[in-house]
Amino acid sequence: MDPHSRSNSRARINRFAKLFIALALTLVSVSLAAAQKKDSCVDCHKDMQGPLSDPVTLTRGDIHQLRGLSCSDCHGGDSSQDDPGGAMNPAKGFVAKPKPKDIPQFCGKCHSNAEFMRKFNPVLRVDQEREYSTSVHGKLLVTGDQNVATCISCHGFHGVRAVKDPQSSVFAMNVAETCSKCHANADYMKSYKIPTDQYDNYKTSVHAKALYERQDISAPTCNDCHGNHGAVPPGVASVANVCGQCHVRQSALFQSSPHKTVFDAMQVGECIQCHSNHGILPPSDEMLGTGEKSVCTSCHSQGDNGYQEAGRMRELIDELATRMNSALEVLTKAERAGMDVSRPKFELTGAKDALTQSRVMIHSSSAGEVEKIISPGLEVADKDQKAGEGALAERSFRRKGLGVSLFFILFLAAVIILKIRQIEKRQ
Amino acid sequence: MRAEALKLWLDERLGTDALTKLARKKEVPVHRHTIWYYFGGMTLFLFLVQVATGIMLLLYYRPSAENAFESVQFIITEVQFGWLVRSIHSWSANLLIATMFIHMFSVFFMKAYRSPREITWVSGSLLLFVFLFFGFSGYLLPWNKLAFFATKVGTDIAGVVPFVGNFTMRFLRGGEDVTGATLTRFFGFHVAVLPAATTVILGVHALLVQKHGMSVPPGVNKQTVKTMKFVPNFLMRDLIGWVLAIGALAALAALFPWELGEKADAFASAPAGIRPEWYFLFMFQTLKLIPPKILSFDGEIIGIMAFGLGGLLLVIAPFLDRSAENRRRSLLFTAIGLVVVLYIVAMTVYGYLA
Repeated sequence: MDPHSRSNSRARINRFAKLFIALALTLVSVSLAAAQKKDSCVDCHKDMQGPLSDPVTLTRGDIHQLRGLSCSDCHGGDSSQDDPGGAMNPAKGFVAKPKPKDIPQFCGKCHSNAEFMRKFNPVLRVDQEREYSTSVHGKLLVTGDQNVATCISCHGFHGVRAVKDPQSSVFAMNVAETCSKCHANADYMKSYKIPTDQYDNYKTSVHAKALYERQDISAPTCNDCHGNHGAVPPGVASVANVCGQCHVRQSALFQSSPHKTVFDAMQVGECIQCHSNHGILPPSDEMLGTGEKSVCTSCHSQGDNGYQEAGRMRELIDELATRMNSALEVLTKAERAGMDVSRPKFELTGAKDALTQSRVMIHSSSAGEVEKIISPGLEVADKDQKAGEGALAERSFRRKGLGVSLFFILFLAAVIILKIRQIEKRQ
Repeated sequence: MRAEALKLWLDERLGTDALTKLARKKEVPVHRHTIWYYFGGMTLFLFLVQVATGIMLLLYYRPSAENAFESVQFIITEVQFGWLVRSIHSWSANLLIATMFIHMFSVFFMKAYRSPREITWVSGSLLLFVFLFFGFSGYLLPWNKLAFFATKVGTDIAGVVPFVGNFTMRFLRGGEDVTGATLTRFFGFHVAVLPAATTVILGVHALLVQKHGMSVPPGVNKQTVKTMKFVPNFLMRDLIGWVLAIGALAALAALFPWELGEKADAFASAPAGIRPEWYFLFMFQTLKLIPPKILSFDGEIIGIMAFGLGGLLLVIAPFLDRSAENRRRSLLFTAIGLVVVLYIVAMTVYGYLA
């Protein structure tokens, strides 16, 4: 075979190979398309106008859709049927729009099924439905109240997002606003005869500041105190336990204090008696003692033991705060003068810690216990005060020393100048 | 009689008589630029202050990431007059660089580098680089936050140099990052390598200054210029400067003690407004202003290469300036020198204000 005809036949083989590959790829694509699950719900609703197309558009980004679930997984029916009658056949479990009373069971079909949920998220709880039935919402729903919150009131529908998703209506920073849609609506809440100022109060609270200003999503919002699926107002007996979830030490001290028995007997909420509930403001030393802003004087009056203890605790805290500030002031002054006082400044954190601990210890209502913490703090503050004063004295000594040194240095320079003149005169 | 015998005894063994004669013979020209002659001696004096205070600091300093900061803190708070020694060491280092720059530019403008003093100039410019590295390495030793990040930025810049940059950066740092290994290395450079290099180069420099004497600038008539004896006239005037320098150092140390700052923390974010010591600021500011790309080249690399070239031209300046060779004014080099001085001053001021 001559080289010319050999190259012709090689080109022909190449053309056949290319054609074969193109055909094979087309066949594979067609078979894959055919193998994909048919979803007549999406096929029909996507072309509809108005609210009927919402289920398709809103579910984009929905956690269920992202996990591969389709319309029929919740609504039932047969999405493989093109015929609307067949696709939305009630005999095949189709439910177009569940009634509020049916919603917990509707979502619970999957969310209460541990085996089913394990496939998607093994750590996800499956007791939401049961917990909901213990909530005020759940109990009212059973009585036929159709206005109470159900799953979709908080989580939404068709656009449900994971709790950790910042776009979710139940993401930590969105919870209060979600609850407020009903609970801050005076008309909506009229028949329930409960206040509607909780959201406004909460927004002024130290908790809301931490959540919204510091963006600390561990700061408490509605569900952290009331529960989420089992939402109820904490009763008098459980308030301290609720607050104690985070404020562990304060709660433990309160439980062992004389106040515990008295508060229980008086049937008053433990923590909220002094700190209020939704609008909890940052605590201040003024709340303690016998002054105008004191919360102690709402129960105690001059002459009783509690009044004296409160006054003494306040005195101790004020004394430490004053001495600590004085030490800090003198150390700052020394630092500005260029002295190294970093060590005493660091040690002053010991006094600051004592002050913080004493402010916690007041929940024991015992001036003696507070004093045990304050005393070492006072020692640290006094030591640092002396260190600051010592640094300022050292600075003064250095300046005096400099003055004396400069005198001798200038004197020496003058002597050398005179010596030079003397030498040069001789020369 | 005893003094005479001792003198004779020493002369027989050390040849002190010849040295005394040489010192008596040495003269310094007196003209309107004589004041600039004092800056070389002042730089030498400040270097000796550095050696003395440095040795004292060595008694307490511990060169490790765990102990360096604490040991300096101990020196300035617990050791008797430790604050004074540490502050004088820091202030003197800065004054030394300043007097060195003044000495270099005065020599440059007086064209003192011309024949036969080329090697004196070369050794002097090498000393400048050695002292800049003294400053760079010493800055890290207290292991505070500012020094840590300044060293990071400084060694990053060294890493940009083509071909040898990466090696240089790793060599300086003792690894990929600024760590305790960098501190140990810098300590080694600061107290062993650089002092050894200084001893050799400074020895050559001082020897050549003695050999050639003080240069008379081109504008001054060498034949008619007045002179003064080096010993005692010039030396005593030098002494006045040194005594006043001690006074200035004492005042700076007492009124503006050198700050220690916060301990270095590799995980902390870099402090705002981080910048190097003032003598590196003109280069740092220039690199900040250079656009990222010049034509298709990296702007930072071009900047670094330009400073490298500038340093090389500085060293070989005597061999380039042929006009000065013939005792002419060589206005071109004077103009270049003025532009460089103005640039350094302007960029340094801009660096502080920016």
